[in-house]
Amino acid sequence: MTAVDLAPAEEFEFKPGQGKVLLLACGALAREIVDLIERNRWSGFDLQCLPAKWHNTPERIVPALREKIAAARGRYDAIFVLYGDCGTGGLLDAMLEAEGIQRLEGPHCYAFFSGNAAFAAHADEDITAFFLTDYLARHFDKLIWEGLGLDRHPELLADYFGNYTKIVFLAQTRDPDLATRAEAAARRLGLAYEYRFTGYGELERDLTAQAV
Amino acid sequence: MSDDGELDLNSLNDEELVQQVHDDLYDGLKEEVETAVHILLGRGWAPYKVLTEALVEGMRIVGVDFRDGILFVPEVLLAANSMKAGMNILRPLLIATGAPRQGKMVIGTVKGDIHDIGKNLVGMMMEGAGFEVIDLGINNPVEKYLEAMEQHKPDILGMSALLTTTMPYMKVVIDTMKEKGMRDDYVVLVGGAPLNEEFAKAIGADAYCRDAAVAVETAKSFMARKHNQLASN
Ligand code: B12
Repeated sequence: MTAVDLAPAEEFEFKPGQGKVLLLACGALAREIVDLIERNRWSGFDLQCLPAKWHNTPERIVPALREKIAAARGRYDAIFVLYGDCGTGGLLDAMLEAEGIQRLEGPHCYAFFSGNAAFAAHADEDITAFFLTDYLARHFDKLIWEGLGLDRHPELLADYFGNYTKIVFLAQTRDPDLATRAEAAARRLGLAYEYRFTGYGELERDLTAQAV
Repeated sequence: MSDDGELDLNSLNDEELVQQVHDDLYDGLKEEVETAVHILLGRGWAPYKVLTEALVEGMRIVGVDFRDGILFVPEVLLAANSMKAGMNILRPLLIATGAPRQGKMVIGTVKGDIHDIGKNLVGMMMEGAGFEVIDLGINNPVEKYLEAMEQHKPDILGMSALLTTTMPYMKVVIDTMKEKGMRDDYVVLVGGAPLNEEFAKAIGADAYCRDAAVAVETAKSFMARKHNQLASN
C-alpha cells in the first residue's frame, strides 16, 4: 500500500476478464470499484456487476448472485461479493455462507461508505434523513424520481417523503457537479440539504483486504 | 369531466358498478371511487357491503398483482389512496350502523425505521376487515408499544420493519413483553419485505405475514381461535 506518485504515462487502466479474484458487485458500486482498482493499481481483480435497479426489488439479488457464482466456480482463485444485505433480510448472507464466500461488511452502501459504526452512531439524529451517494445523486431522476413514479404522479410525494426532513449527501468524491445535483434533488423533494464527505469508506478497506 | 363520470357510473347496474370500482381502484382513480361509493349507498347498499364487496375486494386484486410483480409501489399507493377516500365516506356510517367488529390491533413501524407504506396498507385492510386499528406511526421505541397496549388493550400487536438493521428491534419488543409477563396476552404479527417465516419464529412472534391479505386472514384465524378457547373454558 505504498503511495505511488503516478505520472500520466504510468496510468493504470482496469481491464475486465484478467484478474484471478472475481468481484461480484452491485452496479451502483461499479464506478467506485474501478476507481479504487486503478488508483491502487490492483491487477488481481476481475469485476462483474448486477443491475443497480434491483435496489427496488431486492428479492432478485440472491438468485442472480447464486447463478453468477455457479458460473464463476473453478475459473477464479476466489470470489468476493460487494453488496450490503440490501434488504434481502439475511438471505444473502445465508447463501454466501453456504457457498463459502465473503462479502463486504454492512447492511447497505450508506452505512459502509460512512463507516458502519459511525453510521449506527448517527442513527438517532439521522432518523428523518434520506441519503444520497454519488451514484444516487448522479441518477436521482431515473432511480428515485422516476423509480418511485413521481414523474407521473407528483401527488405521491408526501406519501413517500412526508416523514423526511433532510437529504444527507454522502459524497464519495469531491465533485461540485454532484453536490449541485444533490442539492437540487433536496429542493425538489422539499427537504433540507446536508453535505457529508465520506470517501470510499469501508468499501476501500474491505477491498484492500482482498487485494493480492 | 366528473359530471360525465357520474352519469356513466349511474347508468351501470350494481354488478357493473362494483366491477367498475375494482377497475377504478386498480387505476387509482380516487374521485371515481368516491362517486361510486356514494351511488351504491344511494341505492340502499349497507355501508359494510360497499366496503367489503367494492373496496376490500378491489384492493385484494391490487394486492395480488403487486405480489406477482404486475403492479409496483406507485400504483399500490394510488390504489390505497383511492380506497382510503372511499373508507373516509364509509367510516362514520359503519360506526352508526354497528358493522361487525373482529377485534382490535395496535400497529407501528419499529424504532429506527420510517418506512410506512406497507404498514399503512395493512392497517387499512385490517380496518376494512372489521378490526379497530390504532396506528402508532413510525420509529416506535418499545415504550410506545407498551403504552399503547396498556391504553387500548388490543387483541393483536403488529410490527413493521423494512430495514435489516431495524428487524431485530422486534425481538426487543417481544422480549420486553415476556419480561413483563404480558407476551401471551397478545397475538404478535410481524411483517415487512426483508422478513420471513423463520425470522418471525426465531424472535418469538406468532406469525409472519407476507402481505396485507395474509395479515387479515391470519388475524381472523387467531381471533377465531381465541373465541373458541373462551367458549370452551
Ligand atoms: C418505497 C421505499 C422507500 C421510500 C419509503 C416511503 C415510505 N413512506 O415508506 C423511501 C424512498 C422514502 C425510502 C427510504 C429509505 N429506504 Co427504502 N425502500 C423502499 C422500497 C423500494 C419499497 C418498500 C415499500 O414501501 N414497499 C411497498 C409495500 C406495500 O410493501 P411492504 O413494505 O413490503 O409491505 C407489505 C408486506 O411486507 C406486509 N407488511 C409490512 N409491514 C407489515 C406489518 C405487519 C404487522 C404485517 C402483518 C404485515 C406487514 O404487508 C405489506 C402490504 O402488503 C424498498 C425495497 C423493497 N422492494 O422492499 C426499499 C428498502 C426497504 N429501503 C432501503 C433503504 C436502505 C432505505 C433508506 C435508508 C435509503 C436512503 N437513501 O436513505 C431510507 C430509510 C430511512 C429510514 N430510517 O427508514 C433498503 C433496505 C436495505 C437494508 N439493508 O435493509 C431497501 C430494501 C432498498 C434496497 N434494496 O436497498 N425507501
